[in-house]
Amino acid sequence: MDSATLTEQSSKLATDAQNLATQAAKIAGEVTKLADTQAQALTQAAQTGDSFLSLFTVFVLACFIGFYVVWSVTPALHSPLMSVTNAISSVIIVGGLLAAGPMDMGFSKVMGFMAVTLASVNIFGGFIVTNRMLAMFKKKK
Amino acid sequence: MTSTTTGFAYLIASVCFILALRGLSNPESSRKGNFLGITGMVIAVLTTLMDPGVVSFSMIILGVLIGGSIGTVVALKIKMTSLPELVAAFHSLVGLAAVFVAAAAFSNPEAFGLGKVGEIGTASLIEMSLGTAIGAITFSGSIIAFAKLQGVMSGAPIVFAGQHKLNAALGIALVIAIISLAAAESPGGFWTVAILAFVIGFMIIIPIGGADMPVVVSMLNSYSGWAACGIGFTLSNVSLIVTGALVGSSGAILSYIMCKGMNRSIFNVMLGGFGTDDAGAAAAGGGGDRSVKSGSPEDAAFIMKNASKVIIVPGYGMAVAQAQHALREMCDMLKAEGVSISYAIHPVAGRMPGHMNVLLAEANVPYDEVFELEEINHEFSSAEVAFIIGANDVTNPAAKTDPTSAIYGMPILDVEKAGTVLFLKRSMATGYSGVDNELFFADNTMMVFGDAKKTTEGVVQSLG
Repeated sequence: MDSATLTEQSSKLATDAQNLATQAAKIAGEVTKLADTQAQALTQAAQTGDSFLSLFTVFVLACFIGFYVVWSVTPALHSPLMSVTNAISSVIIVGGLLAAGPMDMGFSKVMGFMAVTLASVNIFGGFIVTNRMLAMFKKKK
Repeated sequence: MTSTTTGFAYLIASVCFILALRGLSNPESSRKGNFLGITGMVIAVLTTLMDPGVVSFSMIILGVLIGGSIGTVVALKIKMTSLPELVAAFHSLVGLAAVFVAAAAFSNPEAFGLGKVGEIGTASLIEMSLGTAIGAITFSGSIIAFAKLQGVMSGAPIVFAGQHKLNAALGIALVIAIISLAAAESPGGFWTVAILAFVIGFMIIIPIGGADMPVVVSMLNSYSGWAACGIGFTLSNVSLIVTGALVGSSGAILSYIMCKGMNRSIFNVMLGGFGTDDAGAAAAGGGGDRSVKSGSPEDAAFIMKNASKVIIVPGYGMAVAQAQHALREMCDMLKAEGVSISYAIHPVAGRMPGHMNVLLAEANVPYDEVFELEEINHEFSSAEVAFIIGANDVTNPAAKTDPTSAIYGMPILDVEKAGTVLFLKRSMATGYSGVDNELFFADNTMMVFGDAKKTTEGVVQSLG
């Protein structure tokens, strides 16, 4: 074997090795990418799971608060209790505001507008009528 | 605003709402509570308006102006007697608003951060459809309750063969519609849920009689809260979830109190038809020809003037006759004569929880003279006179003594233990329950026939 063929062969080997290395790197890159997406998906899933769980926690605790707070309401004020709960449940207006807020007109915006209008009737009406009732409750002079 | 500050703002709003209810534990703190409720609402609305997605304000301002002025005018003009109708009407609005918000979120999920149309998550779809379904039930149910209370629709229960089976079928259809909407997002699916729920709301309230409307109104109060909760989950909004849960439990507790006041289960009320069967009335109808003692307003005035302790038992009849002002005047005159006066309120007196208390407060009766059943029931035995104005079933001793009576087991005011029972009534007619009241024939009872207001004014004249 002369030195020329030896050099040729070794250079060919080197190129092959290089190609192989590039391919390996490419595959490795893809694998990392895949792993990344998978990890991302996993965290996302975990997050939504987490956020539902935390919202649900809030919900359950709020039910308990509601239970104890409402039992402590004096029966004499059960009518104002109904009208004020009516007013505060109209905090659903926040949903209407989000729907009526975007620039472009569409079905969703019309729905939002109607929700804002209905909820406003309740908010104003509910708080005012509660106030009227509570103002009447007076002590013995 | 960053999402942390927004979160904080909604949390503060939620705390305000909790304190608003907490304030109602006593009339003195209640006014401050109402103010906190308003504060919470302002915080929640302002926070939402600062959302980067909210950029166009014209429709919002228009909506608030229209809705706000209608609400203000109605709330200022409404008579306290019509309070139950007003509350029922308001519930229907919350329900409908929930449906509209869900419809908006469904058609433009991007505005709510729920992704694109066709890609809304399954969890969001379920929350949305629950919010819609409960909202629609609240809406149509409250409309029927309103119509029955207002007298637009007869208070008589509407019952027909196969009703419960039909309702069960509708309920199953609704569950299937929700599941299929969650599986495959489609506008048709959304409206199917809404319409089915709307029909169900209508169907479950028509068989319930007018006398049970207080329970229905409390129950719909509860539903409107759960609808808000459903929407709160969709929007991941803490303050909606907290408020919804507060309102939901509040309505549930009130329904429970009302049911207990009638010794009936919520299922019994919901299945409806109460007051249509005459079994109880027939059983108690033996006393048709017995004599009753009746007297004039002058006699009543004489008896009360010479008493040292009089307990007033008001019922819805007082509100109908608008006799509360004359009643307060009568009590003022008796107090001037040195008679001690207190008022006894049965949990189901009136047309909604606490209705009698509001009507008496409106007539300037001090709230520390007004007592609940448990607080005052033992005092009847030491009272010379029980003055019953516009109440009937809540005093009927048959609830204690006659197991065949339709109202057996219901807690009642022990008015028969008082020295003299003065019954202001238009006639010998039965109350809502359709059960005869044995008390009319008792030895210590004196019936004063006539319109409650005119009779009370007559008493006032003889006292003066």
